[in-house]
Amino acid sequence: MYQYNEFDQKIVRQRAAQFGDQVRRRLSGEVTENEFKPLRLQNGLYMQLHAYMLRVAIPYGLLSSAQLRKLAHIARTYDRDYAHFTTRQNIQYNWPKLQDVPKILEELAEVEMHAIQTSGNCIRNITSDPFAGVARDEIEDPRPYCELLRQWSTFHPEFAYLPRKFKFAVTGAEEDRAAIQVHDIGIRLVRGEDGTVGLAFYVGGGLGRTPFVAPCIQPFVPKAHLLTYSEAILRVYNRLGRRDNMYKARIKILVKSMGAEAFAHAVEEEWQYIKDGPLQLREQDIARVKSYFQEPEYPVFQGTAPTVESLMLSKEKPSDPAFSAWVDNNVVGHRKPGYVAVSLSMKRETLPPGDVTDNHLDALADLADRYSMGEAVVTHRQNVVFPNVQVALLPPLWEELTQLGFATPNLQRLTDVIACPGLDFCNLANARSIPVAMRITERFQDLEKLYELGQVTLNISGCINACGHHHVGNLGVLGIDKLGVEHYQLMLGGSSANDASIGKILGKAFTEHEIADAVEKALLCYIGLRTSPQESFLATYRRVGAQPFKDAVYGDH
Amino acid sequence: MEIIRKATPTDTVPRWEVVQEDCVHAEDSQALASSGQVTVTLERWRAEADALKARGQVGLRVLGEVDPGDYADVLPHVDLVCIQFPKFADGRGYSAARLLRERYGFTGTLRALGDVLRDQLNYMARCGFDSFVMAPGKDPRASLSAFEDFSESYQPAADEVLPLWRRASLPGFSLSDFSKVDGNREGAA
Ligand code: SF4
Repeated sequence: MYQYNEFDQKIVRQRAAQFGDQVRRRLSGEVTENEFKPLRLQNGLYMQLHAYMLRVAIPYGLLSSAQLRKLAHIARTYDRDYAHFTTRQNIQYNWPKLQDVPKILEELAEVEMHAIQTSGNCIRNITSDPFAGVARDEIEDPRPYCELLRQWSTFHPEFAYLPRKFKFAVTGAEEDRAAIQVHDIGIRLVRGEDGTVGLAFYVGGGLGRTPFVAPCIQPFVPKAHLLTYSEAILRVYNRLGRRDNMYKARIKILVKSMGAEAFAHAVEEEWQYIKDGPLQLREQDIARVKSYFQEPEYPVFQGTAPTVESLMLSKEKPSDPAFSAWVDNNVVGHRKPGYVAVSLSMKRETLPPGDVTDNHLDALADLADRYSMGEAVVTHRQNVVFPNVQVALLPPLWEELTQLGFATPNLQRLTDVIACPGLDFCNLANARSIPVAMRITERFQDLEKLYELGQVTLNISGCINACGHHHVGNLGVLGIDKLGVEHYQLMLGGSSANDASIGKILGKAFTEHEIADAVEKALLCYIGLRTSPQESFLATYRRVGAQPFKDAVYGDH
Repeated sequence: MEIIRKATPTDTVPRWEVVQEDCVHAEDSQALASSGQVTVTLERWRAEADALKARGQVGLRVLGEVDPGDYADVLPHVDLVCIQFPKFADGRGYSAARLLRERYGFTGTLRALGDVLRDQLNYMARCGFDSFVMAPGKDPRASLSAFEDFSESYQPAADEVLPLWRRASLPGFSLSDFSKVDGNREGAA
């Protein structure tokens, strides 16, 4: 993985020191809360309902075991023994004390981590495909490009006070697992006609109160221009984006109001001025960053490398059918023969989606060391991937994961719910999301039911800000406030994959007690309508439209 | 009035100082004294360009949101441009500054006015500002340390620093003998 050089190291340390001074000036009253707010935000420090919340960046989701241990240590020492994985490959602490935050930042700097630009109206943490670097369908590893974007955007002096927050996602794979089309900028590595690899830029996607799927404004930008083209987009946005109304300030509104073509034209014009400047990447600049992401030294197998198929036929395979279910559902192929990538389900009945305890984090670190070459990746679905697992080690890994409760074979299934923190923590929330997520998880625990349902995603947000990505869940649940009472809207048909789409509201909202029933009715309706168990919920919905679901869900009201 | 400015503008390692400087930011209706530094709005410049050129010591005062292309033709006639920040969180002034320096080649004094606070000074300087009037009530002397918060930056801006990923690959490069001179300037390696 990327290793800080002395400059990176120095910069995060200076940042910790700078913030220490800012906190000191805030506590002494030299700086007003109004002035302090954007400063703390650019250090990932939010004011939440009960306390400050600190958001720590996990660039492109990648964590070493040493970093996991540090995160556990911070949860134990400065928080209430837990932390929360977000939907943007960050980790949040819900209870840090303001005066402890500079110390936490110092501790993070020791393991090459930081909270820089994890909030505020600036360029946020760059997210990517959780299977980056090992996926079979990858044109090229996207992480070197993420890392270059991270460096370019860190303390960018021109773009610290954008009209609104700004999020990048990058994928190098054919299947989009990074939801790039619902980001401010989504970048896809593509192969051009002559075989060279370039970048397709999707601009102006996003969720929130006006969800859009991003249009592609430039299908092929040479790699050398990753940063010059990005800078041109950001400059156009910084200058022309609306600042009079925070609900209309995201780049999606600018792209929509100008029209994708006119926007692309403005970017092109700006780009002509800067494309040959020092931001243009040379071969060796890219090569240098790439060298950090080289394949680990995979041990060479004697004879043919074992495959999942050969394992399943061998006597090494545990007889418990749960093992097969887990392999089917949570294990995916790897670029390297003899290896697989394993998804750990972090969703459990006893904890809100995304929450991990200090002990979990330590256990993950320990398992990553023994089974995944010391690396783990957090995903936007709030799970964890072990990217480098030997096929032969699947049985013992499964056993250990089962004991820890991380082996639920529910990836991309109904109980693999995405949920934002909601009213329990967030002061913007209209409704609680965690209890709803947990009630649904409980109801659909029965694994058989899960299998019958096939692949289906359920995303829950506590308000229109859509941190739980409800618009792009096949089923989405949105908390709203109806005359002071928490209600939930159900929407169907969303997706954040290659065929990205925004879900549509089915009908009138439900109370807290009705929403789980409504979800169940929609699912039963799907089971009745699908042409075969292979037809997914989304495919069925797209085929038959909303009406049958409306009838099923509202029919007997 | 106290302003912060680059102590030795030609120095490659900028140092900053606080000095007294009188400058009248004239309203459009306000008559100008016959001498002394003043600034005027773009509208006034358009209306009175000849007289203002003849008078001299006139700078331009614009909001950060104004496209520098709209007043590029004025730049050869002024050696002071003041960009106003109505709110410190209005980031348009940063882009305007970079454009003035990098695209329109403005080499005169570029001053930030308005809601100018300590914790934005460093970014403003990197975008090309070399002079600041702090927001009312903010102590310019106590703000000078802001320029020392960071010794490195990743990306190029109006200060022409080479991207860190390029500097780091220069031969014979090491942190100890590296300061913002020589090798980090474009083309100087
Ligand atoms: S979606 Fe709303 S309630 Fe949920 S975390 Fe975001 S802002 Fe808070």
